[in-house]
Amino acid sequence: MSRESALVTADWVEEHLNDSSIVLVEVDEDAEAYDKGHIPGAVKLDWKKDLQDGVRHDFVTKEKLEALLSAKGIGNDDTVVFYGGNNNWFAAYAYWYLKYYGHDNLRLLDGGRKKWELDSRELTTEVVERPATTYVAKDADESIRAFRDEVIGAIGTKNFIDVRSPDEYAGRLLAPAHLPQEQAQIGGHIPTAGNVPWSKAANDDGTFRSDEELKALYAEAGLDDAKDTIAYCRIGERSSHTWFVLKEILGHENVKNYDGSWTEYGALRAVPVALGDEPGVA
Amino acid sequence: MCGAIKGGPSLDGVDVANEAVIQGIVTRDGQPVGNAYVRLLDRTGEFTAEVPTSATGQFRFFAGPGEWTLRTLAPKSISVDNAVTAAKGVVAEVAVAV
Repeated sequence: MSRESALVTADWVEEHLNDSSIVLVEVDEDAEAYDKGHIPGAVKLDWKKDLQDGVRHDFVTKEKLEALLSAKGIGNDDTVVFYGGNNNWFAAYAYWYLKYYGHDNLRLLDGGRKKWELDSRELTTEVVERPATTYVAKDADESIRAFRDEVIGAIGTKNFIDVRSPDEYAGRLLAPAHLPQEQAQIGGHIPTAGNVPWSKAANDDGTFRSDEELKALYAEAGLDDAKDTIAYCRIGERSSHTWFVLKEILGHENVKNYDGSWTEYGALRAVPVALGDEPGVA
Repeated sequence: MCGAIKGGPSLDGVDVANEAVIQGIVTRDGQPVGNAYVRLLDRTGEFTAEVPTSATGQFRFFAGPGEWTLRTLAPKSISVDNAVTAAKGVVAEVAVAV
């Protein structure tokens, strides 16, 4: 994978607005953002209602995904271009999730909704109806998803990247500062994890930094290219952003997103935890 | 839309006593800016959170006690920084002009 195969620019999207084989999909934390105005032709995925199981603490199953994408008019051969708010956190999460179920042609709009808005490009409230499809998902690709047992077993052997803000990493905050403080039982991070906040991979306008800047960023954080890497955050969406950088832009081979992330790890009994600004030891 | 209302969004339902709230309103020439982005930077300048303003130009963060910087981006404007101090049980109101 590379920047060219994983990212598209706002100009590219504007040039392809009338191409029916390209489906724009908006995914936001704020599910109402789409309704207030979206890129012409874009359909909406609700991060919570559409992508979370609702009963089990997990995202929706393969069967539910097939029904969802079929109803949204997304076909197996379509190129899906995700974009959204929060600097594409939830769009990157949806990208990772569709990759997990084997969709071939996926892209992220560089800069997401923010860049589009700051450029004063067109947004519409027009409702989009695409003809239904019969979507068939592939079996889950477990090579890009980490579960808790693998995480605990990998302390001291694999790279861990904690992509939360420094205050969350150190245990001074339990959640991003635009949300009420709640969720995990305790603060801190997985011992040995380096702290590379997702935001260091993005410019102020939400676009990704250059390949050279990104390579330097992770090298400086001590990421060992010879080892497999697990990225995590609080609930797995910001770490999808970093997973996207490492796997899809920089082309690292073995990178997993731990979507259980700190809400799960910080609630586990008897696992090692490090507090403060240093990674800590295995 | 008429002129900007004063201060951040309503605090109804917010547990103010246990939160260090930073909130306010973004205006341009006295009018609220509903399509701005406000980001919260920590004492080292690192990104902590970001929110889009509401239709009435308002924003809110639940921060921790300490020194913070708000960086506001709006269409057709250069970014604007505002320093703010947060404390638990206190609502820090910031008026941002772009």
